[in-house]
Amino acid sequence: MTEFSTLSIKETITSLKNKDFSVSELVDFHISSMENGRELNAFITETADIAREKASDCDQNYSKGEEKPLEGIPLGIKDMFCTKGVKTTASSKMLENFVPPYESTVTQNLWNDGAILLGKLNNDEFAMGSSNETSFFGEVKNPWKNNKDNFTVPGGSSGGSAASVAAGMGLASLGTDTGGSIRQPASFTGTVGLKPTYGRCSRWGIIAFASSLDQAGPITKTVKDCALLLNSICSYDPKDSTSSQKKIPDFEKSTDESVKGMKIGIPKEYEADGISEDITEYLEKGKEWLTESGAEIVEISLPHIKYALPCYYIIAPAEASSNLARYDGVKFTHRVDADNIIDMYEETRSQGFGDEVKRRIMIGTYVLSSGYYDAYYLKAQKVRAMISKDFKEAFKKVDVIYGPSTPSTAFELGDKKKDPLEMYLNDVFTVPVNLAGLPAMSVPVGLDKEKLPVGMQLIGNSFDEESILSIASCIEKSAKFDLNPNKWWINE
Amino acid sequence: MTIDSKLVERIAKLSRISLTETEIKNLSSELDNILNWIEQLSELDTEGINPVFSSFDEEETKYRNDKVNDGGYREDIISNAPLSEDGFFLVPKVVD
Repeated sequence: MTEFSTLSIKETITSLKNKDFSVSELVDFHISSMENGRELNAFITETADIAREKASDCDQNYSKGEEKPLEGIPLGIKDMFCTKGVKTTASSKMLENFVPPYESTVTQNLWNDGAILLGKLNNDEFAMGSSNETSFFGEVKNPWKNNKDNFTVPGGSSGGSAASVAAGMGLASLGTDTGGSIRQPASFTGTVGLKPTYGRCSRWGIIAFASSLDQAGPITKTVKDCALLLNSICSYDPKDSTSSQKKIPDFEKSTDESVKGMKIGIPKEYEADGISEDITEYLEKGKEWLTESGAEIVEISLPHIKYALPCYYIIAPAEASSNLARYDGVKFTHRVDADNIIDMYEETRSQGFGDEVKRRIMIGTYVLSSGYYDAYYLKAQKVRAMISKDFKEAFKKVDVIYGPSTPSTAFELGDKKKDPLEMYLNDVFTVPVNLAGLPAMSVPVGLDKEKLPVGMQLIGNSFDEESILSIASCIEKSAKFDLNPNKWWINE
Repeated sequence: MTIDSKLVERIAKLSRISLTETEIKNLSSELDNILNWIEQLSELDTEGINPVFSSFDEEETKYRNDKVNDGGYREDIISNAPLSEDGFFLVPKVVD
């Protein structure tokens, strides 16, 4: 039997064209991987029937030679994307039974290109979390156990998206990234994750968390696959007023570009404390790989970067408190009955939201409330301007900024659950990018002493995904990372 | 700034979330911790800085024509309501 699980999207498409195997065989393999991997809890809803039906259509398209760019590729979709007729929960009790009457633009783009929905993936509730432990449907386990044989978190909020790809359940997945929710889990699971420039992808049909920060993006096994999915999901969408009309380049081409002469910035602020020794080692290794390939390393400064995290924890909860006001027991499936409407609202929200979501709604409500708005919310938006300016200055000197994706590798399940603030600190390297709306990705580079994957982050200038893809491709070739966790979840 | 249980109750009221005594107690200390950490922003002098509310700065954001171009999905929209009747959302009595 073909070892489907080791193939990338690119290789799979070549094999499908050569008739080495059919889409139906491919899809059956991924359905059984998904079913055998239930212990990971990566999927909330499995859509095997939809996938099988679509697979036979795809096979016909191949036999007629009418295949589309992603024809027959099974993908998992984070449960933050509305999928028409398929339950979409945001991993919340509040939307436990919500069946969207419409399809999100980015997923529609994928289906138009021939991709197949394999299932809907678990995430932190309403995408609020960094470990996938806040989901109403339970925590997701990282396919990578540490060297003590203990379970680790897959990161979050796109934990299911990252875990499924690392475990070979689906060829790739879609996630969303508001403060690092694609890049941090990609880094924890040894996968490639990219957050496009704000405005590259439509937000229409994505359950809103923080609208000025949210972006959709792919999680894949390889850099080239990442570019292939990006080609499909990006589009101008009149239904999203912040959707860009800029020309969309061929991202796949960028993965073959030489990095010779490119300038790579390393922020001197990154050398501050708090990064694990192993990650620092890989940071140095990366510099060598890039220099050997003809890129030039330049020291830069992002003087206000240390304020990005507290700034984010004002802006994101503020936007969330407003976005989540719509869950009032009237329109979206969950309601707790009460005698009067105020009690109905309060009880519905009290029982429908989990602790972290409540915490963030409360922070957001507070920083927007009368008397505190200027001191918190307005102040944060000014700090955001300063951070954006830091990046603008840096990109006058360099093409790409290089550094760690996370301060540590995957931590053990339950380890940071008790202290919300400690959990927030995970996003220290990823959050600044969202505030400035820039594109960024995480690329796996190797394993640390605990036998857990390490990811490095590449940040690009606004609408320059191409440069980060070229650099990522160069790092991928040098690192030769093997995405092959020991499959402990399969009972032989 | 200290967040005491009285303030937590006020924020909860504004957020339309009812809380148990234990939740109020936990949230007081958690929010207090988080907001004290956020307080570090006050070190920064932001005098004269223009706030940025979105990184999207495309000049050509188009206005669409002010006319109906979609709609007629009443049944679809109502289909997720916990209670509905004759195509309307049902809520507890609001006016006496």
